[in-house]
Amino acid sequence: MEPIYLDNNATTRCDPAVVEAMLPFFTEHFGNASSIHAFGSEVGKALKKARGQVQALLGAEHDSEIIFTSCGTESDSTAILSALKAQPERNTVITTVVEHPAILTLCDWLEKEGYIVHKLKVDKKGRIDIDEYKSLLNDRVAIVSVMWANNETGTIFPVEQMAELASAKGIMFHTDAVQAVGKIPIDLKNTKIDMLSLSGHKLHAPKGIGVLYLRRGCRFRPLLRGGHQERGRRAGTENSASIVGLGVACELAMQHMAEENTTVKALRDRLEKGLLSQITHCFPTGDVSNRLPNTCNIAFEYIEGEAILLLLNKMGIAGSSGSACTSGSLEPSHVMRAMGIPYTAAHGTIRFSLSRYNTEAEVDRVIEAVPPIIAQLRKLSPYWTDKGPAASPEAAFAPTYA
Amino acid sequence: MWEYSDKVREHFFQPRNSGPLEDANGIGDVGSIQCGDALRLMLKVEPETDIILDAHFQTFGCGSAIASSSALTEMVKGKTLDEALKISNQDIADFLDGLPPEKMHCSVMGREALQAAIANYRGEVWSDDHEEGALICKCFAIDAVMIEDVVTANNLNTVEEVTFYTKAGGGCASCHEGIEEILAKVKASRPGMGETSPPAACPATPEAPKPPAKKLSIVEKIKKIEEVLESVRPMLQRDHGDVELADVQGKKIYVHLKGACSGCMMEAATLGGIQQKMIEALGELVQVLPSSHMPVEA
Repeated sequence: MEPIYLDNNATTRCDPAVVEAMLPFFTEHFGNASSIHAFGSEVGKALKKARGQVQALLGAEHDSEIIFTSCGTESDSTAILSALKAQPERNTVITTVVEHPAILTLCDWLEKEGYIVHKLKVDKKGRIDIDEYKSLLNDRVAIVSVMWANNETGTIFPVEQMAELASAKGIMFHTDAVQAVGKIPIDLKNTKIDMLSLSGHKLHAPKGIGVLYLRRGCRFRPLLRGGHQERGRRAGTENSASIVGLGVACELAMQHMAEENTTVKALRDRLEKGLLSQITHCFPTGDVSNRLPNTCNIAFEYIEGEAILLLLNKMGIAGSSGSACTSGSLEPSHVMRAMGIPYTAAHGTIRFSLSRYNTEAEVDRVIEAVPPIIAQLRKLSPYWTDKGPAASPEAAFAPTYA
Repeated sequence: MWEYSDKVREHFFQPRNSGPLEDANGIGDVGSIQCGDALRLMLKVEPETDIILDAHFQTFGCGSAIASSSALTEMVKGKTLDEALKISNQDIADFLDGLPPEKMHCSVMGREALQAAIANYRGEVWSDDHEEGALICKCFAIDAVMIEDVVTANNLNTVEEVTFYTKAGGGCASCHEGIEEILAKVKASRPGMGETSPPAACPATPEAPKPPAKKLSIVEKIKKIEEVLESVRPMLQRDHGDVELADVQGKKIYVHLKGACSGCMMEAATLGGIQQKMIEALGELVQVLPSSHMPVEA
């Protein structure tokens, strides 16, 4: 049985065209783009082309606004640390409670270093309160960093509006868009977004390549200093093969943008409807009416996510979970907790994230496979009886917690 | 994700004794906050003999929680209550051919459910005696609460001391930042420990070793050495290791590290700990070395 990959928000398969474009850069085009000889200049031209392809996907005004980095995390760290370094008179960062750890862990560390971090709360659907945000904008804020779309639920944030508000107060705005780029149209030149992070491996390019978009004129301090690569804004020899691959992936993403929002979306909706209609006591999480077209996150109550994933894996189906067990952390997903989802449901959240490689046949196989797995695990659950959830489950089973 | 043993997988995919047990007369409901997992263990105990006739479980939890529950029910069946109470969480993990360090708390939860169920049968109230915190040292599965308690109780000041007392940080060393943060936190909360605090002068052993009045005879010395080794053996045996005296050559004491201790990445810390005790007991500087370092006889 062919395995079914529904974990595209974690990482994606490299498109074969991407791999093909990359291969010569390991062999005949191995030169260093900085070199004056022909070996180098070939690579230099390829990097320029790739930069243009990324620029096009992001709708950036200039190709020099594209800085290649090693990953999304590096882009995030570069953006926030740059804003703080370039504006020493400003000591505050505004972000949200549902950001990726690439932002949250950095912000926690910044707090220890004495900076002030405001994390915007979210409601039950994972939406921020724009009035709370407005009230926090002042001349001590160095940067606002809000994800374009949430990796777990796919919920889309109003980053364009938020960037306008920040800009009106002279505050830099960064968005971690690693989940959004390639899935929804982006046109940066018509926004007030100053910086944006993207990660190649989320859009069918290889791992180990990322981009920081930096609006021309935005004050900047590099994270890595050294050579003059990326106009001195990110030293280190260019990862030329991966940059070329990312360029091709961006071009393909442009071509497939409509498909992403029609075909892939329809598959996602089919999957979600199929599961919700067959399984009781489960619900989709996040802002269902305003989310990425490929993402569906369902909380299956009274069971635990890792157990679901292990059984799915046995059937050749790959998803991911917000359960604490799959991350090795104390708490279930901070995103689920931030939305106020109870523990008994948060532990049983499963994210299915699709791509243009998925098919209707695959989706139908998943719709068939999941219900028996849920039933099997519920049979083991102390919150469940053979007639459904125990009457007032929290009272029926109230363990002593250690 | 995790590397589960075949035995864990088997007990997860085909759990034994799952579901309610109608005529259970001992029920234990416990949870591990570490993972949000929770377990109900149901025992059917024969009152005349105290023998566990049947055991069932219901678990809200991950793969290893379900496997640990299943293993536990298999392990306790046919045992008397007193025999069952001897089962440690390590026994449960061993039964499953081991658990990943992040998942050891699943076996702890199993043992707690057993204690709770037996207490319930005996009409007692079980209360948990320990608290779990965030996992700091993944090599030895040591959590933040344990490190903080030990740091506070023994007035520790350095990562090395924490490793010596808890093993935490003695493996890959990637958790040293986390340990330093706990040290800083405890230090900040110590009363009267401000700028005037004295330099970390090994407060763990407040009494300096008193040198014996006269020089020990070789027999006395070896006796003392054996006493020290005896005192550390239970600790090592708990981790499935052991130690034995190999030879004494002047100031060098050679020992055989056995079982899990041999080849353990904590070998240096273990020997360091023994050496410290030797120096205190003998009142002279000695070096404790593994027997593999013994000079080869010509």
